[in-house]
Amino acid sequence: MDQRRADPRGELVRPYAVTRGRTEPRQDIALEAVLTASPTQVAESRFAGHDKHRIATVCEGRAQSLAEIAAYTRMPLGVARVLVADMVAESLLTLHTAAPAEGFEERMELLGRVLSGLRRL
Amino acid sequence: MDFAGYDPAGGRQSPGIVSAKIVVAGGFGVGKTTLVGSISEITPLTTEAVMTAAGVGIDDPSKVPGKETTTVAMDFGRITMAQDLILYLFGTPGQTRFWFMWDEIIRGAVGAAVLVDTRRITDAFAPLDYFENRNLPYVVALNRFDGAPQYELEEVREALAISPQVPLVMTDARHRESVKQVLVTVVEHAMLRLQAEHGRGSPTPVG
Ligand SMILES: Nc1nc2c(ncn2[C@@H]2O[C@H](COP(=O)(O)OP(=O)(O)O)[C@@H](O)[C@H]2O)c(=O)[nH]1
Ligand SMILES: [Mg+2]
Repeated sequence: MDQRRADPRGELVRPYAVTRGRTEPRQDIALEAVLTASPTQVAESRFAGHDKHRIATVCEGRAQSLAEIAAYTRMPLGVARVLVADMVAESLLTLHTAAPAEGFEERMELLGRVLSGLRRL
Repeated sequence: MDFAGYDPAGGRQSPGIVSAKIVVAGGFGVGKTTLVGSISEITPLTTEAVMTAAGVGIDDPSKVPGKETTTVAMDFGRITMAQDLILYLFGTPGQTRFWFMWDEIIRGAVGAAVLVDTRRITDAFAPLDYFENRNLPYVVALNRFDGAPQYELEEVREALAISPQVPLVMTDARHRESVKQVLVTVVEHAMLRLQAEHGRGSPTPVG
């Protein structure tokens, strides 16, 4: 728990402004969902505002999860999620897997890959 | 699983890189961040979420004007396993009263490791209950601190009423090899559970 500020608006007003008052993401994106930005997407993001440009820059050349984007940009998770969902819709970011695999076969394959990945470490 | 608004076609999703996550839980000071840091390729990062004092999930402070808010931090690490496969490790916020954050963290997770410190064994009750209720595969890892009471694994199993099906292992959160073993145990257990549930025709547990 962190109560750095007595006035909670210090934390909230700006994030709220950043998302222009919207707090529901267009698309639900898991914490670990990964995103990438091509050089073209990064260049285009310049015209989408400072915060979106920062996000695109974080994802340039290296896939980053929603959690990493929030951490590197120091945005609260909810704010990062709204902006990232917008950017996916605007084609400023490429979303790789929004939600985890659900089917049995798919899920087993993923777990098997994670297991061998761990053993190789 | 709640991805009600999820629309692969409309969402411009590209099926390139896949990610998975494992959750690391346990009481305050039990070694969660240490464990993540021992195996993560990045120094553990912190993400914050805002919540109201009432303990209600946030993301939407505008809907609760005037309510006191608090910030919940969680830390996480990353292991890039292949160009198209990333494993994330998420530590839970210490207190189980931050339920909304736990729910977010476990959604879609492979499984969890609950760390136990033998000096404060009862700190494990809340996370154990939580995973039991959410049907998330979990293992229990005894993080032996220097000078802590040296219990046998089975004594700990009994004290915490851990069912015989749940793997219980010893670990040192500071050592990469040891942490790797814990994570391997989580994934193996998750696979067994998934297979068993598939055989019985029950739905896939995904948090
Ligand atoms: N002796 C010993 N100390 C540990 C071990 N794991 C963590 N610690 C120490 O315990 C303290 C708390 O660990 P931390 O990872 O911050 O706990 P967290 O609150 O669960 O994230 C730190 O000073 C660690 O260095 C362990 O396996 N053995
Ligand atoms: Mg910690």
